[in-house]
Amino acid sequence: MKFKKVYVTMIVKITKDGSLRPLSMVWEDGATYEIDRVLHITPAASLKVGGCGTRYTVMIEGKQRDLYDEDGKWFVEKEVPA
Amino acid sequence: MERVILHSDMNNFYASVECMLNPELKAYPIAVCGDVEERHGIVLAKNYKAKAKGVSTGEAIWQAKQKCPGLLIVSPHYDEYMKYSKKARAIYSRYTDEIEPFGMDECWLDVSGSTRAFGSGEKIANEIKEAIKFELGLTVSVGVSYNKIFAKLGSDMKKPDAVTVITQDSYKEQIWGLPASDLLGIGRATTKKLASYGITTIGQVANWPLEFFERKLGKCGVDIWRFANGLDESKVTVRNIEALDKSCGHGITALQDLEDSVEVWKFILELSQDIGHRLFTFNKKATGVAISVRDNELFTKQWQCKIPLSTQSPSVIAREAFSLFEKNYSWKHPIRSITVRAINLVSLDYDEQISLFYDAEKSSRIEALDKAIEEIRSRYGYNAIKNATLLQNPKMPSHNSPKLIMPTGVPQ
Repeated sequence: MKFKKVYVTMIVKITKDGSLRPLSMVWEDGATYEIDRVLHITPAASLKVGGCGTRYTVMIEGKQRDLYDEDGKWFVEKEVPA
Repeated sequence: MERVILHSDMNNFYASVECMLNPELKAYPIAVCGDVEERHGIVLAKNYKAKAKGVSTGEAIWQAKQKCPGLLIVSPHYDEYMKYSKKARAIYSRYTDEIEPFGMDECWLDVSGSTRAFGSGEKIANEIKEAIKFELGLTVSVGVSYNKIFAKLGSDMKKPDAVTVITQDSYKEQIWGLPASDLLGIGRATTKKLASYGITTIGQVANWPLEFFERKLGKCGVDIWRFANGLDESKVTVRNIEALDKSCGHGITALQDLEDSVEVWKFILELSQDIGHRLFTFNKKATGVAISVRDNELFTKQWQCKIPLSTQSPSVIAREAFSLFEKNYSWKHPIRSITVRAINLVSLDYDEQISLFYDAEKSSRIEALDKAIEEIRSRYGYNAIKNATLLQNPKMPSHNSPKLIMPTGVPQ
């Protein structure tokens, strides 16, 4: 399996103390996916598609996914057929 | 108390950043190279696959391709390198605020005051190494020792992704057998000179009498002898990578080789404009000038001198640099590139003794003129005003052409 870097539009909540929480993600085709839970937040590099930033490990529709906040631009690692 | 100094070196920095940003490159031998048309067509960095085929930093692209036919050439992205260099420094700053950058990809860290909070130097080095790998996707080699020189040597000993500890008890066994050229401060010319006396290892440098080095190499010789014996006491100097510290320089590779002094003067004058601008910006004055000349055989020579009265003026710097060139260059070969540096920078309120015979009034008139030129340029752009002699020069790369920034330790 190969991976492709896909930048996505994000709806986020920034609280008055400056902390950030992703609420939903708008996928390439325009569909919006709600983020059910944020499991883990850590600075990390994406070894699959390149780039680094703050990695949010989240649950979306029962599946675990990683979202990267790369200096304000968000991306996901999209699986593509090899 | 024994100091704990770390030297962190980001492995194959430019090439590693390119591979990290585009992981598909990892499968191929790659080299990050300058622009051929600007005569910067040399290898700036390569990954381990290219290194295995014998590609080395500083060689021409055609040479590299001969050694490694499938070599992928990648253009440099300096803004990305600067971004990752800053991110790495942010990781270092979790452990200490005493960080001294050495180029974009290397830093010394003094963690002497942090060991009680974070553990031994080796533990901190391992944590930094792992954090950079996890958070940035890059690898570093870290040297841990009780002085800067041995820490730097340690980071060169095991690559990539490694930590090397050199202690006061073990340094003789660990480093005295290494070639003398591995020691910071021993370049190509000094290596050659030392070899002519049969000195080829760091251990031989350490055990030769100090007077010999003082007599043959002067102050630098004494430093080298002290380095080899683990007596370096230089401090980790906290500074910003962009701010001017002790010198400020600029170099240009000509589009065609320079054949005479008139052509050289135009280049020196052009280079001095940029240096003057940076001195104005950072409120510094130069008390000396250094030039570095590379001929078309790729042999580099450097000279430096003091300026009678410290200055920010591009024209004074240019004149001093040119007279230094005229005095020293023998014109055995045409010239490929020239670098001018303003050295031993001081702040604007620096007090100094004027020589009895120096025309300070004339000098201040020239400075006033240069200040006026600087103001015109800040309002209307660099090309609004310039020396007539610089208007047409077919050998000069355009002012907007990308500059070549070499990784640490590679001569331009």
